[in-house]
Amino acid sequence: MTDYFWLIPLIPALSTLILVLFGQKLPKKYVSFQACFAVFASFAISVISFIGLLQTSHEHLPIIKNLFSWIYAGNFQADLALQLDPLSSIMTLVVTGVGFLIHVYSVGYMADDEGYTRYFTYLNLFTFAMLILVMGSNLVVMFVGWEGVGLCSYLLIGFWFDKHSAANAGKKAFIVNRIGDAAFLLGIFFIFINIGSGEFSIINQAIGSGAITQSLATLIAILLFVGATGKSAQIPLYIWLPDAMEGPTPVSALIHAATMVTAGVYMVARMNVLFTFSGSANSVVAIIGAVTAVFAATMALTQNDIKRVLAYSTISQIGYMFIGCGVGAYAAGMFHLYTHAFFKSLLFLAAGSVMHALSGELNMQKMGGLRKYLPLTYPTFLIGAIAIAGIPFLSGFFSKDAILTSAYANGQYLVWALGIFGAVLTAFYMFRLIFLTFFGNERLEPAAKSHLHESPPAMTIPLVLLAFFSIVAGYVGLPVVVGKNLDFFGRFLEPVIHKAHEVHLSLGTEWMLILISVAVAVTGIFIAWVFYIKNPKIPPNLVARFPGLYKILYNKYYVDEIYNTLFVNSTIKGSEIVYDHFDLKVIDGAVNGSAKATNFFGKILSYFQTGFIKDYALIFLLGAILLLGYLLF
Amino acid sequence: MIPLSYFLILSIILFVLGAIAFFVKRDLITQFMAIEIMFSAANLAILAFAKAATSLDGQIIVFFVITVAAAEAAVGLAIILLIFRQKKTIKSEDIKLMKG
Amino acid sequence: MAHFLFFLLAIICIASVLGMIISKDQAYNALFLIVAFVCMGGLFALLEAPFIAAVQIIIYAGAIMILFIFVIMMINLRKGVGPEKKRWTVYFAVVIAFVLIAELVLTVKGTLEPISSAAVEKLGNPTDLGRLLFTKYLYPFEITSILIIAALVGAIVLVKKRDKE
Repeated sequence: MTDYFWLIPLIPALSTLILVLFGQKLPKKYVSFQACFAVFASFAISVISFIGLLQTSHEHLPIIKNLFSWIYAGNFQADLALQLDPLSSIMTLVVTGVGFLIHVYSVGYMADDEGYTRYFTYLNLFTFAMLILVMGSNLVVMFVGWEGVGLCSYLLIGFWFDKHSAANAGKKAFIVNRIGDAAFLLGIFFIFINIGSGEFSIINQAIGSGAITQSLATLIAILLFVGATGKSAQIPLYIWLPDAMEGPTPVSALIHAATMVTAGVYMVARMNVLFTFSGSANSVVAIIGAVTAVFAATMALTQNDIKRVLAYSTISQIGYMFIGCGVGAYAAGMFHLYTHAFFKSLLFLAAGSVMHALSGELNMQKMGGLRKYLPLTYPTFLIGAIAIAGIPFLSGFFSKDAILTSAYANGQYLVWALGIFGAVLTAFYMFRLIFLTFFGNERLEPAAKSHLHESPPAMTIPLVLLAFFSIVAGYVGLPVVVGKNLDFFGRFLEPVIHKAHEVHLSLGTEWMLILISVAVAVTGIFIAWVFYIKNPKIPPNLVARFPGLYKILYNKYYVDEIYNTLFVNSTIKGSEIVYDHFDLKVIDGAVNGSAKATNFFGKILSYFQTGFIKDYALIFLLGAILLLGYLLF
Repeated sequence: MIPLSYFLILSIILFVLGAIAFFVKRDLITQFMAIEIMFSAANLAILAFAKAATSLDGQIIVFFVITVAAAEAAVGLAIILLIFRQKKTIKSEDIKLMKG
Repeated sequence: MAHFLFFLLAIICIASVLGMIISKDQAYNALFLIVAFVCMGGLFALLEAPFIAAVQIIIYAGAIMILFIFVIMMINLRKGVGPEKKRWTVYFAVVIAFVLIAELVLTVKGTLEPISSAAVEKLGNPTDLGRLLFTKYLYPFEITSILIIAALVGAIVLVKKRDKE
């Protein structure tokens, strides 16, 4: 049943090709049908392959399909090969499953957009790139997908390219990603130099047999992780993600919540043998993840733009995934990736639905009381918020709890504490969003109010489905307290996750940790309720009391400004100096000099070009005589 | 039997005479004729070698050379005619369009 | 007999080329050349290449030279073009000519022994030649026809009077 898994990325690729070539001539209805169908077909094959994978014994993993030999140069060899193993199978399910729902949602959301066909072309191309990323069986193919999603993200963020801010956001995302990619590429080069292959299986074997030293492994792992911070929007390269909200909302849901930003987490999980072997790289991952989780959550507290709150929340949640990977609980990190894909795309799509209803309004201060106007968006949004806040029995609770428990179990108490603190903030800002949007007084603009309507079924049906999955998706990875061996998710991933030593906590401790995380979630929600429903005067009072702190948070710690002064401006200044002294004199001098030299020798040679045929013939004959003479003597 | 060397030496003499004619003459048409003589001289050498090697391939080569020479003569003469129309001269020293 | 024919043809051939060098009149030059080509055709026949000899006379002495004469007629210079004024070019050409002769003779010196008379009698049988042309050399032959068409069209287009002029 796994025979045809290599078709998973090829179907969206084919669809993209058709749309690129003939898209402008095809009717809109067909375009949306084909785009959605391609992703659905991929999803169907992913499901079939997944079932096939469940029946395959561990010895036969991973299943590799070599499409063709791509690069052969000396000792270097890279095949265009796809692989199917539990890790890539889960990723394909997430990418195609959530991707399909978002495609369907887009049919409704983008219905009136001029770039309809272009949009679906990009969306299919993105699906293809992401599938290549997760299915590549070596680093080179993975890097192709890695760059591919970067490109698609640029195209889709800057989708409304006539809008200045959107074009700039696209560029920002591309450039910031490029910084991470450079480090990632360096890491790949190091692996090639020291191990001689990019195949994941060979790399894992080589590390197991001690082909590289621990310090080298740390260097490589850190380089790869820098790449991951770029793609997955972690400190210090997270700054592109909030701006990426300039793109259409389904894009934010697909790329900047459910799939692309998880590429970094996937990559760390894929290279888990390396990270575990290094040890110290793992600590770096955990600390960066924990700091990002809290840092991004604090920035989400004061934002009024509904999508920006969600963007910071994404950064924060990915921080949690990295905590999971960093403490060695890769399965828990992947589990959170998988549940997060559902509830975060749900939140984004619901936010898009709110925007759609309000004719593009993004400012939460101008919403309020929407719950009776949006009978489907409101409950689904609420489910997403509850899931992300970590209330028991919804998916986010199980995955976040798994991560925090692992952190505690591994003795990373600081990371655990940061995670708990982040959880309070998460619950708070999510319910601040809910309360500001759906409860309280109506603060709508009159123009927006007159158009207020629930979204079409193409948009609400995906919402309902995602809400359903946000509830149930967590039940495949139940914690130990419920019963032994109920963590199907973790056991499924076992063949690809290198297990270090496992620390078992007593049941009592487990219960205590769960109670703590439930308690903080409820606390966060309660504070939000007090602030925004019970006594709405508190927030302005707090702002008046701590104006400095509020300003710092509202301006996102001035990170953008600091980066601007430190890197952007210094780069510009440096470039100007280089331009004045090096470009103008050395490079231009060299170019002009070579032109002058050519001119000089040309002048000399041109004396031979008299224009008389006889002179040409004479030279020709002389040449023939000399050649003959050379051959003779 | 006539020795091969006779033909080769005749071919050399004709070829060099053609070359001399090219340099001595001043009008494009006669210079062009000189080139044709050099062609024929080369053909003679090829045929002589072909006979020495008892091979028909040499004759085929000569056949193609003659065919191509015919095409070349047609185009060449057309060009000379064109030059004459525009410059009112066919003296080769009057034409130096390609002077560097 | 063969020797006699060879020397006769060779002398006429050389003489007419010399005549061409000396004569100033283009029309005479062309006539000298026709004589030279006809002699060359006879020499080809002596080399057991009757078909090529025929082609030489028909195409060179016939078609190509007719073209030359037509062009000479169309240009119709009253007074011919005198010999080279820059004397050094002539001397230089003669010097180069001798060097060339010396080198070429040296080149063919190795082959100066008389060839064996075991040559096949009917080497240049036109039937064999035709068979070879349409089997082994079919593609070159067909490509040549394209070349000739191209030359034909090219010559016509070049010489055609344009409306603007």
